Amino acid sequence: MLTCEKLLLQQDDFALRADLALAKGRMTALIGPSGAGKSTLLAAIAGFFPPAKGRIMWNGRDLTDLPPGDRPSSILFQDNNLFPHLSVAQNVGLALRPRLRLSAQDAARVNAALVDVGLAGLGGRKPGALSGGQQSRAALARVLLADKPVVLLDEPFSALGPGLKMEMLDLVRGKLAGPDRLVIMVTHDPADARHVADDVVLVADGRAAAPVETSALFANPPAVLIDYLGQGPA
Amino acid sequence: MAQRPVALTPRWPGALSGALVLVLTLGTLAAVGWRAEWGGGLSPADWSAIRFTVTQAFVSAGLSVIFAIPVARALARRRFFGRKVLITLLGAPFLLPVIVAIFGLLAVFGRSGLINDVLGLLGIPPVSIYGFHGVVLAHVFFNLPLATRLILQGWLSIPAERFRLAATLNAPVGRLLEWPMLRAVVPGVFLVIFLICLTSFAVALTLGGGPRATTVELAIYQALRFDFDLGRAALLACVQFGLCAVAAVVAWRVTGPAAMGAGLDRSVQRWDRASAVVDALAITLAALFLVLPLSMIVLKGLPGLADLPPSIWHAAARSIAVAVVSAALCSVLALALALWGGPVIAVVGVLPLAASGLVVGTGAFLLVYPFINPARLALVVTALVNATLALPFVLRAIAPAVADVQADFGRLGAALGLRGWAWVRIVVLPRVRRPLGFGTGIAAALSMGDLGVIALFAGQSQETLPLAMFRLMGAFRMETAAAAALVLVTLTFVIFWICDKGARRDADL
Repeated sequence: MLTCEKLLLQQDDFALRADLALAKGRMTALIGPSGAGKSTLLAAIAGFFPPAKGRIMWNGRDLTDLPPGDRPSSILFQDNNLFPHLSVAQNVGLALRPRLRLSAQDAARVNAALVDVGLAGLGGRKPGALSGGQQSRAALARVLLADKPVVLLDEPFSALGPGLKMEMLDLVRGKLAGPDRLVIMVTHDPADARHVADDVVLVADGRAAAPVETSALFANPPAVLIDYLGQGPA
Repeated sequence: MAQRPVALTPRWPGALSGALVLVLTLGTLAAVGWRAEWGGGLSPADWSAIRFTVTQAFVSAGLSVIFAIPVARALARRRFFGRKVLITLLGAPFLLPVIVAIFGLLAVFGRSGLINDVLGLLGIPPVSIYGFHGVVLAHVFFNLPLATRLILQGWLSIPAERFRLAATLNAPVGRLLEWPMLRAVVPGVFLVIFLICLTSFAVALTLGGGPRATTVELAIYQALRFDFDLGRAALLACVQFGLCAVAAVVAWRVTGPAAMGAGLDRSVQRWDRASAVVDALAITLAALFLVLPLSMIVLKGLPGLADLPPSIWHAAARSIAVAVVSAALCSVLALALALWGGPVIAVVGVLPLAASGLVVGTGAFLLVYPFINPARLALVVTALVNATLALPFVLRAIAPAVADVQADFGRLGAALGLRGWAWVRIVVLPRVRRPLGFGTGIAAALSMGDLGVIALFAGQSQETLPLAMFRLMGAFRMETAAAAALVLVTLTFVIFWICDKGARRDADL
C-alpha cells in the first residue's frame, strides 16, 4: 500500500495536494490536463521532488526523506532511460549492480530478462542501434530485473506510435503487473488508461483525487474529467 | 516541471580542488604582498616597465584585431582549397611553445633572417627584431590567429537568412549586418588579447630587455634571478597582479563566457559583390605570416637533429614528465570542480587568468625559499603552476559537457542508485571523454612549452626543453637550438594529438 499522507507539493505558484492510498496488485493511471501536476506527483513518489508538507509511505514505512536510489521503486522517464554509451546488457545490468561488476550468474539473469522482453541476442548492441520500441523494451527489462515493488511510468512510450505504445503497455501489464506490485503510470491519453489501468487517479484543480476503478470512472465521469475529455457523456 | 537537481557525487573533491587553486593563486599572492617592500615605492625604471607593459599590450592587441578583421571576413565569405587546413592552422599558435615560435620569427625577421637577406640584396640596411617592435611582432604572430578565429565566429553567427534578406532589399551588408556584429565582438577580442599580452613573459625575455623594453614580468625575473632582491620582486609581482586583475575583470564583464570554436568549417553564402583581390591578399598574407616561421623551424631544425647532445634528450624527458603530471592534475582538478558545479567554479576557474605564471612563481619561490633550495623543487612547482594556469581552458572545455550529463542523466543515475565514483566511472567519464581529452591535450601542450616559472626556479640540473633551448639561443648555438626547437614542437603536438585523438577513438555516443 502506497500512501500519500496530507501531501503538499509546491513550486512557485504551482501547488498540488494529495491525500490518497494506492493498493498493491493494481495498475493505476494518473490522468488530467497538462500542467496539473501528474509528473510532479510521480517525481515526488520517486524521490526527485521534495514535498513541502506531508509524508509518502510504503507499507507503513516513511519514504519521504529517502534518496531516489534507496526507495522501493523503479521509474521510467519520458526520455533518457538508457545510457547511450553503455551496451544494452550493461544498461540492464545496472539494475543488479550499480557498479557494473557483473558475475556470470548476473549476466545470465540479464540475458533472461532480455529474452523475456523479446530482445534475445541484442544485449551487445548500443541503444542507438535499436529501434524506439526495442529501446523501450530494454528499459523495461531493467525494471523487470530490478524487481522493485513499485513501478513508476512517466509516459515513457509517448514518442512511439499508437500501436507500438499499446503493445508496450500490454507488455507492462503482462510482465510487470502482479499481485505484489503497484504500477503507477502518467498519461494524457484516456485511451491508455482504459486499455490497461485498473484504477484512475484524476489530477486536476490542484488536487489528486482518490483512485476510482477505471470502468466506473469512465461510466460516470465527474465534471473535471468531462472538461478534460472535451465532450459530454454519450 | 523543474525538479531538484540530484547530487550524485560528494562535494569534497571539488572543495579540495578549489582550495588548492586558491592557495596557488591567492595564497602565493598573499606571500608576495607580505614580502613586498612598500616603503621604497616604485623607481623610475619600474614605472617605465609598467608603461612598456601596457603600451606593448595595447598596440599588440590593437594590431592583432585590425589585421584579423579582413582575414576573418575573407575566410567567412570565400570557399577555397585548403581553407579547412588554414583554419586548423590558426589554432596552432595557441599550443605552439613560445620559445619555438620566437625561433621561427627570428629565422624570418631576425638579423640573418629571410627579410634582412632580401633587404640586403636591395642594399637596404638590416632591421632589428629586438625591442618594442619585436615584442609586438611576436604578440601579433600569436594573437592574430586567435583574433581571426574569434571574429570569424562572429561572422558565421550572423544567420544566413539575414544576408538573403539584405540581398533582396539591396541593402549594404557592411553597415546593416557586419558593423553591428564587429561592434559587439571586437571589444571582447581586444581585451582578451590585451590580457594575454600583459602576461606573456617568454616573448619579453627573448626579444625585449634593456631599459627601454622591459616588461613588469621581466623586471620580476631580473630582480629575483640576478639581483636576488626579493622585496622588489614581490612588489613588482603585486603591480603585475593589479594590472592583470583590472584587465581580467574588464575583459570578463565585456565578453562573458565564449564558446570554443565550433562550426568554423562553413562559409556564408552572400550576394553582395566583394573584391576577390582584397580577400585573396588578406588570406595569402596571413597564411605566409603563419606558415613561413613554422616552416623555418622545420628547415633549420632538421640538419642538427642527428647530433643533438644527450642533455637535450634528458631535458625533453623532463618536459614530458612535467607535462604529463601537470595535465593529469589539471584534468582531475577541472573534473572535480565541474562535478561540483555552481557559481564557485566560475570564480575559481577564472582566477588563474588574472594570476600570471611569474606572480604565482614568485609567491611560490618566497614560500619555499626559507625551507629548501628552490631549484630542487623546480619541476614540482612548474607542474603545479602549469596545472593551475591551464585550468580555465580545461574547465571551459569540460564544464558544459559535465553539466549536460547531469541534466540528461542525473535523475536516471539517482533512480538506479549510481553514486560517487561509480557514477563518475560508468556515466560521466565515458560521456565527457572527448572534451576531457581535448582539454587534457591543451593542458599538456601548454605545460610542455612553458617558459615562465621554470626560468625562475631551475638550476642547471632541472632544465626543461624550453629552458634548455632558451639557454642555447643565449649562447648563440643556433643549430643545436634549431634542432631542439623541432623536437619540442613535435613533442608538443604529438602529446596534444595523443590526448585529443585517443579520447575520440571509438567514442560512439
